[in-house]
Amino acid sequence: MPQRFKFRARDVARTFTASAAVTALALTAACGSRAGEETAAAESCVDTSGDTVKVGALNSLSGTMSISETTVRDAIYLAVEEINAAGGVQGKQIEIVAEDGASEPTVFAEKAEKLIREDCVAAVFGGWTSASRKAMLPVFEDNDSLLYYPVQYEGLEASENIFYTGATTNQQIIPALDYLAETGVKSLYLVGSDYVFPRTANAIINAYAADKGIEIVGEDYAQLGSVEFSTIVNQVNASGADAVFNTLNGDSNVAFFREYANVGLTAEEMPVMSVSIAEEEVGGIGVENIEGQLAAWNYYQTVESPENTTFVEAFKAEYGAERVTSDPMEAAYNSVYLWAATVEKAESFAVEDLQAAADGVSFASPEGTVVIDGDNHHVTKTARIGQISADGLLYTVWESEGPIEPDPFLEGYDWAADLKVTE
Amino acid sequence: MDLLVGQLFTGLSTGSILLLAALGLSLTYGQMGVINMAHGEFIMAGCYTAYVTQQVVGDAGVSLLIALPTGFLVGGAMGLILETLLIRHLYHRPLDTLLVTFGVGLVLQQVARDVFGAPAVNVTVPQFLRGGVDLLGTAVPKTRLFILALAIAAVAAVTLVLRFTPAGRRIRAVVGNRDLAETAGISSRAVDAGTFFIGSGLAGVAGVALTLIGATSPTTGQSYLVDAFLVVVAGGMGRIKGAVVAAIALGTFQAVFETYSTASLAKVGVFVVIVVFLQLRPQGLFTLRTRSLA
Repeated sequence: MPQRFKFRARDVARTFTASAAVTALALTAACGSRAGEETAAAESCVDTSGDTVKVGALNSLSGTMSISETTVRDAIYLAVEEINAAGGVQGKQIEIVAEDGASEPTVFAEKAEKLIREDCVAAVFGGWTSASRKAMLPVFEDNDSLLYYPVQYEGLEASENIFYTGATTNQQIIPALDYLAETGVKSLYLVGSDYVFPRTANAIINAYAADKGIEIVGEDYAQLGSVEFSTIVNQVNASGADAVFNTLNGDSNVAFFREYANVGLTAEEMPVMSVSIAEEEVGGIGVENIEGQLAAWNYYQTVESPENTTFVEAFKAEYGAERVTSDPMEAAYNSVYLWAATVEKAESFAVEDLQAAADGVSFASPEGTVVIDGDNHHVTKTARIGQISADGLLYTVWESEGPIEPDPFLEGYDWAADLKVTE
Repeated sequence: MDLLVGQLFTGLSTGSILLLAALGLSLTYGQMGVINMAHGEFIMAGCYTAYVTQQVVGDAGVSLLIALPTGFLVGGAMGLILETLLIRHLYHRPLDTLLVTFGVGLVLQQVARDVFGAPAVNVTVPQFLRGGVDLLGTAVPKTRLFILALAIAAVAAVTLVLRFTPAGRRIRAVVGNRDLAETAGISSRAVDAGTFFIGSGLAGVAGVALTLIGATSPTTGQSYLVDAFLVVVAGGMGRIKGAVVAAIALGTFQAVFETYSTASLAKVGVFVVIVVFLQLRPQGLFTLRTRSLA
């Protein structure tokens, strides 16, 4: 029932982005349309009569998130170049209009509005933080336009106007738990940064653990950016847990893993499963502090497939041999190809045609074949557990049997029935 | 119970980190009354000094020993430039100083981002500081013992300088009563510059040491700035003794509170305690009696 989901997603988003919504409404009013009504969406101004078609790339090129989001932008440009070299979409060359989200959700909303209304782009690729996505969501819904969002997130959302090409929780966190359970883990310690993603993730983990008989021996949150982990690590050490599930973000990971290694904890006696440590972060932590620890993603640079070999080679040829490819970059690269494939299938650039045609559209991506689910607009993804090795790269130690169907509201899991993390 | 004993050491260790970050500030803010929001970026400069030194020297142990004095000079030089170019012209305009130094801090962060890249860089911990020592049944990381020792050494050095050197006496004289000190022939301008040099240099030293336990990234300094101000305010303006006691008290409180709740709640608890404390004693733990009219 996508309609119900849409409504819920919007409700949540509205509360978080009142200002963005007000801006959007004010702009709608200024343009002389009927403001305040659901049908207020302006007629699309997308012009596809020429031999080019415009799309938007909306990433933070400045501010704290620029480190991550510029890599996503690079991947989007690479995909567009490749598609153009192969003849374009519906015979039209793709032209990118780039905007800077500046690591500010409100800027994301403004720039999305600009891309849709002034630049008349057929679709927008980008966004990273959940806050930026929540801010853009009403803009895309009110203008009935399309956003392709490439980052793993906390789930519990499904908008008709967004395609989610990163993992939802049942494609990342639950497989990670399955893996730990398989390896005999009976007790877990949860450590996370104090914001929506870790809180939601840990609510899911608690429900899972209660069902599977895994004991949660501790749950700790540190402020985003906190660098004091002495107490938490002491408690983890004293808890005797079989493993640690880590949802820390940013610089906190560096302090946590250094402390962890320094009190003598190792990956052999108490492994740490992380969901936000990719190739890029390992360097800053220092590989000697984190070697052997685990991470859960859908893609690593080391995935062995012909598609990935081609992708990594093309990326390094374009941006330099020292660059690494990561999960969100791969998901962003896929999103452009999925959009192009949907357009080819629909033989149209119109939003309603793409929404109608999206179900079942697939792409042979570096991580394996991904297929769009027309109901919830997520894609199937293969879950992979990676182990950090001495060369700073992650190598797959376990992968799911084939791609996992997306289930953003965890409706296929009985133990998740009582989860009320949206409210 | 073992955990609690361990936590007492953790408190001491956390306190020593706070103290190291706050010591420079207790000179520039506590003694001179300059609200320097770029203090965090001087710490960050110290972190990158450690990183660059390690890239050049190679051996982690040797480079740490070289980086400590180098960090002092780098931080101090940056402080001196900031004082000469901007802060000097803004004395007695605290709000302007706050805004200007905040802006300088942002500029320095962006410079670091452009020069070293936005991701955190890795400063390798020397072999002899890796791992931990067993203390009453809890593993205490050697890096933390090193920082504790460094904090003690830094406090001792600052105290000795302030108390027994001519330069230190001049600093105390200017803090006590600027006009009277000038009448006695002290160049308060030179003393200000000197104080700022030492205070900023200490931030650089703190930065070098903090690479042992934390991240080295453009935003590193931000993680320590607020805590450093808290220590100075709670300890009482202008008193090194106050900063020492406040840092250890706050560290211990945070560590013990955290044992019974979560880290982010403990942080809230610390703030509540400080707010209540400052209501009862606005001047902080220790006060400096001065004859200054200003």
